[in-house]
Amino acid sequence: MERLEYEFDGGAPVAPRNRPTLTGVLGSGNLEVLVEPADLGGRVRVEVQTAAVGFGAIWQAVLADVFARWQVGDIRVSINDAGATPAVVALRLDQALSDHTGGGA
Amino acid sequence: MTSWLEATARERIAGLLDPGSFTEFVPPEARITSPHLAQLNQPAAFDDGVAVGRGTLEGAPMLIAAQEGAFMGGAVGEVHGAKITGLLERALDERAPVLLLLESGGVRLHEANAGLIAVSEIMRAILALRGAGVPVIVLNGGRVGVFGGMGIATCLCDRLIMSEDARLGLSGPEVIETTMGVEEFDAADRALVWRVTGGKNRAIFGEAVLVPDDIAAFRAAIRLDPVPLDVEAEHALLGARLDRFGAAEDALDIWADLGIETPARLPLLDTDDFLSAIEGKLA
Amino acid sequence: MKIDDLLPQLFPNGHDIAFDGDYFAGPAGDVAVIGTRDRAAIGAALSHRMAGEVLRICRDHPGRPILLLVDTLGQKMSRRDETICLNAYIAHLAKCLDHARGRGHRIIGLVYGEAVSAGFLSSSMLADACYALPEAEVKVMNLPAMSRVTKIPLERLEELSQSSAVFAPGVENYIAMGAVRGIWEGDLAACLERALAEDPGPDTRRTLGEQRGGRTLARRVSADVRGDAA
Repeated sequence: MERLEYEFDGGAPVAPRNRPTLTGVLGSGNLEVLVEPADLGGRVRVEVQTAAVGFGAIWQAVLADVFARWQVGDIRVSINDAGATPAVVALRLDQALSDHTGGGA
Repeated sequence: MTSWLEATARERIAGLLDPGSFTEFVPPEARITSPHLAQLNQPAAFDDGVAVGRGTLEGAPMLIAAQEGAFMGGAVGEVHGAKITGLLERALDERAPVLLLLESGGVRLHEANAGLIAVSEIMRAILALRGAGVPVIVLNGGRVGVFGGMGIATCLCDRLIMSEDARLGLSGPEVIETTMGVEEFDAADRALVWRVTGGKNRAIFGEAVLVPDDIAAFRAAIRLDPVPLDVEAEHALLGARLDRFGAAEDALDIWADLGIETPARLPLLDTDDFLSAIEGKLA
Repeated sequence: MKIDDLLPQLFPNGHDIAFDGDYFAGPAGDVAVIGTRDRAAIGAALSHRMAGEVLRICRDHPGRPILLLVDTLGQKMSRRDETICLNAYIAHLAKCLDHARGRGHRIIGLVYGEAVSAGFLSSSMLADACYALPEAEVKVMNLPAMSRVTKIPLERLEELSQSSAVFAPGVENYIAMGAVRGIWEGDLAACLERALAEDPGPDTRRTLGEQRGGRTLARRVSADVRGDAA
């Protein structure tokens, strides 16, 4: 198990009244993503708990790409991962941010 | 058609209840996770694999729990079990019907003692609801099926709604094969596994109401009037079943004995044709 | 302990318990005994027979306390039993015991041999109070089998079982978690008498588990779900 933390510049703050959303399930090769509004001065904070140790740089790259595309801020993103591939991670994060903001990218 | 089998626990709740009516108790953001998994290098889910809460079904208030089969096979640990027990006890306080959307391999081995005790607490809580005439309905349509202690708990409830793809049993076929040998149970023989544990065989014995793999079909089959528990009548029924079918080699022999024509075709029939084929021929 | 050694200690004034294979039942003074021996596998026929005895006691001896003495290696592993829905038979036994409880029968469980998995679930765990002898074995699965299924090294499981009550076999773990109320030692007849005199009350196992430090979340989480009425 490894715990990783990241912060990104973010962008347009999401509505603080948005309810927390949970997307995906923690099955083998999959991940769950919890998105909550948080007063972070427009930034995004991400915490990853993963069964696969030693992939911090890949997480950094995938997450940076996702949040560069989404340009959302003031959210806390918590991820539980059971060995998902980068493609699955990106797909699930898009889905999670869409669920949370109630719209597409 | 929205497949129950393919849906997650939360999608099943959303598809079953009136839109927007679900309120979760101890939700994922409360982060009440299993404290026992990290030391065994297992990631812990935010909801410990079960969502519990309340909502309405065609306007009627009810309580609901849904196990997530993709997380550790829906197995019951300390937190997971306590959420279900708490929900059942709340139902007794509120006299509210309960929908249990079960998908579980049984007790979670990583916290086996806590899980086993939790299942017995769930059983006690269901029995208290039966005694009070508060209905508990099980919906079983997931890939894992319902096995182990949750399979016993299922048979304590008022009703079981099940798809033909789902399974219900005590010991899983793989466990029986590993313990007793392949002659006792060939777990790789999928047709055999479904003849023993599948929704159709359970429907023939009157243990389950069979529906197609469709969330709307599950919803349409829900009946909320409590089923009075008559232990003497049940004892006679199970005794007769044991006498007549306890030594049967294969479910096919049982189905033939019941007068069902060409029983070998039953597994191939869709739900409607199957129900016509077994009409008036239940065990 | 062997059942032949146990019964005279529990019932020094004698009993009329009759044995048939791995099953036994009968009265001993004011107590009705139902049990299994020789690590019986609980199948459909055995659980149906036990349920029938519970119902008979309710009919013929209203209010008589029931003592469950179940030595079991767990549920029977049988394709035939599964075909006719073994879980329905075990659930039926549970319903019958609860039916008896509802009619004022006290139900006491004593683990004198082994209590494994669904065999334990279907018997002593449904009692008002479950006790054990010191040498009793209570478990879901032994550690080598658990290691095979979970793919966690046996050494790691053995190491963790020193500090955690949560997964390893052992009656002391079930005491810590509240499922076993206490150990019976010394004068077993007196132990039985004391247990029968206690008020059963509701299911207190979560509270016991929390007090004893073996199961720290179950009571609180279930209470949160039950009371979260806002």
